[in-house]
Amino acid sequence: MAVTDSLSRAATVLATVLLLSFGSVAASHIEVCTSRFWFNYRHVANTLSVYRSVKRLGIPDSHIVLMLADDMACNPRNPKPATVFSHKNMELNVYGDDVEVDYRSYEVTVENFLRVLTGRIPPSTPRSKRLLSDDRSNILIYMTGHGGNGFLKFQDSEEITNIELADAFEQMWQKRRYNELLFIIDTCQGASMYERFYSPNIMALASSQVGEDSLSHQPDPAIGVHLMDRYTFYVLEFLEEINPASQTNMNDLFQVCPKSLCVSTPGHRTDLFQRDPKNVLITDFFGSVRKVEITTETIKLQQDSEIMESSYKEDQMDEKLMEPLKYAEQLPVAQIIHQKPKLKDWHPPGGFILGLWALIIMVFFKTYGIKHMKFIF
Amino acid sequence: MGLLSDPVRRRALARLVLRLNAPLCVLSYVAGIAWFLALVFPPLTQRTYMSENAMGSTMVEEQFAGGDRARAFARDFAAHRKKSGALPVAWLERTMRSVGLEVYTQSFSRKLPFPDETHERYMVSGTNVYGILRAPRAASTESLVLTVPCGSDSTNSQAVGLLLALAAHFRGQIYWAKDIVFLVTEHDLLGTEAWLEAYHDVNVTGMQSSPLQGRAGAIQAAVALELSSDVVTSLDVAVEGLNGQLPNLDLLNLFQTFCQKGGLLCTLQGKLQPEDWTSLDGPLQGLQTLLLMVLRQASGRPHGSHGLFLRYRVEALTLRGINSFRQYKYDLVAVGKALEGMFRKLNHLLERLHQSFFLYLLPGLSRFVSIGLYMPAVGFLLLVLGLKALELWMQLHEAGMGLEEPGGAPGPSVPLPPSQGVGLASLVAPLLISQAMGLALYVLPVLGQHVATQHFPVAEAEAVVLTLLAIYAAGLALPHNTHRTQAPDRGWMALKLVALIYLALQLGCIALTNFSLGFLLATTMVPTAALAKPHGPRTLYAALLVLTSPAATLLGSLFLWRELQEAPLSLAEGWQLFLAALAQGVLEHHTYGALLFPLLSLGLYPCWLLFWNVLFWK
Repeated sequence: MAVTDSLSRAATVLATVLLLSFGSVAASHIEVCTSRFWFNYRHVANTLSVYRSVKRLGIPDSHIVLMLADDMACNPRNPKPATVFSHKNMELNVYGDDVEVDYRSYEVTVENFLRVLTGRIPPSTPRSKRLLSDDRSNILIYMTGHGGNGFLKFQDSEEITNIELADAFEQMWQKRRYNELLFIIDTCQGASMYERFYSPNIMALASSQVGEDSLSHQPDPAIGVHLMDRYTFYVLEFLEEINPASQTNMNDLFQVCPKSLCVSTPGHRTDLFQRDPKNVLITDFFGSVRKVEITTETIKLQQDSEIMESSYKEDQMDEKLMEPLKYAEQLPVAQIIHQKPKLKDWHPPGGFILGLWALIIMVFFKTYGIKHMKFIF
Repeated sequence: MGLLSDPVRRRALARLVLRLNAPLCVLSYVAGIAWFLALVFPPLTQRTYMSENAMGSTMVEEQFAGGDRARAFARDFAAHRKKSGALPVAWLERTMRSVGLEVYTQSFSRKLPFPDETHERYMVSGTNVYGILRAPRAASTESLVLTVPCGSDSTNSQAVGLLLALAAHFRGQIYWAKDIVFLVTEHDLLGTEAWLEAYHDVNVTGMQSSPLQGRAGAIQAAVALELSSDVVTSLDVAVEGLNGQLPNLDLLNLFQTFCQKGGLLCTLQGKLQPEDWTSLDGPLQGLQTLLLMVLRQASGRPHGSHGLFLRYRVEALTLRGINSFRQYKYDLVAVGKALEGMFRKLNHLLERLHQSFFLYLLPGLSRFVSIGLYMPAVGFLLLVLGLKALELWMQLHEAGMGLEEPGGAPGPSVPLPPSQGVGLASLVAPLLISQAMGLALYVLPVLGQHVATQHFPVAEAEAVVLTLLAIYAAGLALPHNTHRTQAPDRGWMALKLVALIYLALQLGCIALTNFSLGFLLATTMVPTAALAKPHGPRTLYAALLVLTSPAATLLGSLFLWRELQEAPLSLAEGWQLFLAALAQGVLEHHTYGALLFPLLSLGLYPCWLLFWNVLFWK
């Protein structure tokens, strides 16, 4: 009895917080870079930067399918081997040592991509190469590479058309493989890729309209290539501000990279989406945020299983009658995640500053006489 | 009945063609010349642009700072060279090894057909030295070459110094994906030819060379450097190669990009680039540059080491540093930086250069004319020959039809056995004789040089040239036809028809591979070939024909070339230069396989002799 009493006391103490997850609104990601060769460095850097951001926001590797040609880091032309930088002056190495590439090099084909989307995968495929999603998953698909009006080039030998992509998404809808889908594409004439979608719950963003080219950014003379594309660069700057607690919504994402910064006109498409974009949080797609509901009731846990079952039933009935609580202020996340400010390297003062000071000192000594100098030296 | 099978309509058509023939010929010739002159004006000439994606979207940061080291190497090289008289092979080996390259040597020797002024002996032998910088993380499947040709007249010591300093700098970088070969050759182009033949394991010119111990990979591009002074005021680029071959235009675009980036003054054919193409001055200067390029390409000489690389489809350029009297000078660091940038961008290549043009003309360093736009010029000129041949065919056929009419048979292709047969037989003799003269012109000068030196007090080179000229002039004095025919007109018309077709075929084939040579020869030979006939002012036609013979065209183009370079020649100097050019043409044919000499002696000279026969037909 004493044991059960202590147990029940412990149980009551412990049960001040009850976690309920309202359906699994987990996010799954597919990130595809469709280019290879050294001069397409920026596409790999784009994809890896998005990969880094979503990992930072909590998505585990098991929920990310990353398809890369992966010939940049160890390319003989790379002056900094085993790195892929996304900012010039080599501020940010997005390759690091914990990148998990699921489809690499020649495995990035249209067939593999469509098989991942639709799930028609041979049974021998490992779990890391599958898209493990169900009808409650929100999926983010990010694609980058060289594209044209209505097609996207895969690795210099094949293409995927916008009709194929739309049909694949319809197959996903009919197989109940997604709840909501966010499609981001950063290529030339990217808007043509989302023109043909016809399945519900799809929101799409593109870096340029039909007839426009998406431009590259961050030319780096030390490495010798462009490091990023403009649209993804500004999306990344936007994502740097997001943490798992932010309430930023999709409308803010649509405003990223206006024509003055991007030179091309980014576009978006929301007519197939059920919810209003301003109610859709960025973290719905980009982060893995468990929706937490805090309850202040205590629940007595007793050893007798029959009693437990009946009390469970009572609690359930009570739940149904109650108003669902708001997603109140959760634990202070910023303190937990410990976001440190970016440390900049200290550089010695530049030549101009030194020269200016030297001039000032010389003028001083000239005015007040050279004899003062011997007191210094 | 159809147009061509109805005899009445055919005769009407024939009469129309015959009546309009002369104006059409003149119009076509004028159109050809005018089209060529119009090539320098904007719609036909376009700005150059980088076509290769792998090279275009990159920018590099040049870090070469080894100017002092380059000068030190240059001084050492010059001193050692003066001491030993030939290439200081041991010093080069030692220095390249100290810089960190894999060093190999290759010895070669060549028996020249006759000793010319530069070599002055039959047997030329030397040693090439080359060092390979292996790519740190790539398999050695591809390579780039930086070469400096060293000859007795051009020491190029600063080029060797810069080559060694660049090798030292490149050795410290880890981003090379292709091997880089640093090659120093002896005896200028002979050494380069020996190295290339051994590298590609062929033997096209009869060179004896030792096999190469070390090899790098398929050569993607090559740059040849010629620098003889510590500071330069401008860099001149040469693109024309052996037999008029040209490198891919992207390589020239690359060079021009780095000229602009480094603020270097770069010239083409020794001429500055005109800024303004809208007024008349720009196109006129472009025309001068274009004519210089046409003359150089037509000569078929390799104008630098790069010309020999082109035969193996390795894109190559020669950069020459010029030190003139301008005030602003660039030192070796500036040139080194441009070379470093070029090599770094070439390093990014994934495939051979193939996106841009292989056949083009350059009115300026940043302007080009593509083959589709300049070919009509030579097309119009050859049309004249076609029209004249058509006219002669119709005249011959009419004469045949006229003789036949009383017979009444309306068949279109009824041959006239007696006169046609005699016509064909009478053609064979002049053809054989002129081809034999051509063969003699090709073979006898080099074969007979010893006989000539025994009987006349001349050197071998002079003997060769004088024999050439003698045989050329002797061809004019040959007997012209072997038997008389009943219809003498038919004889010369048939011969002229055959000669016109022969000339058109030859010029057409030449123009396809070497447009400049084809165009130059067409401009001079086509009008007189069209005009040649036994009636009319014979002395005038004879003078015209001699003035437009291949040798006279060569003489004239030499004068034109020097005139365009603003260093005009007097007659005596011109004649000397002409003799030297003849000797070099024969020598280059034997040593590098240049095709100008055989084309002119075996192809165009016999053709020209046929027209001479036509002119003096009795």
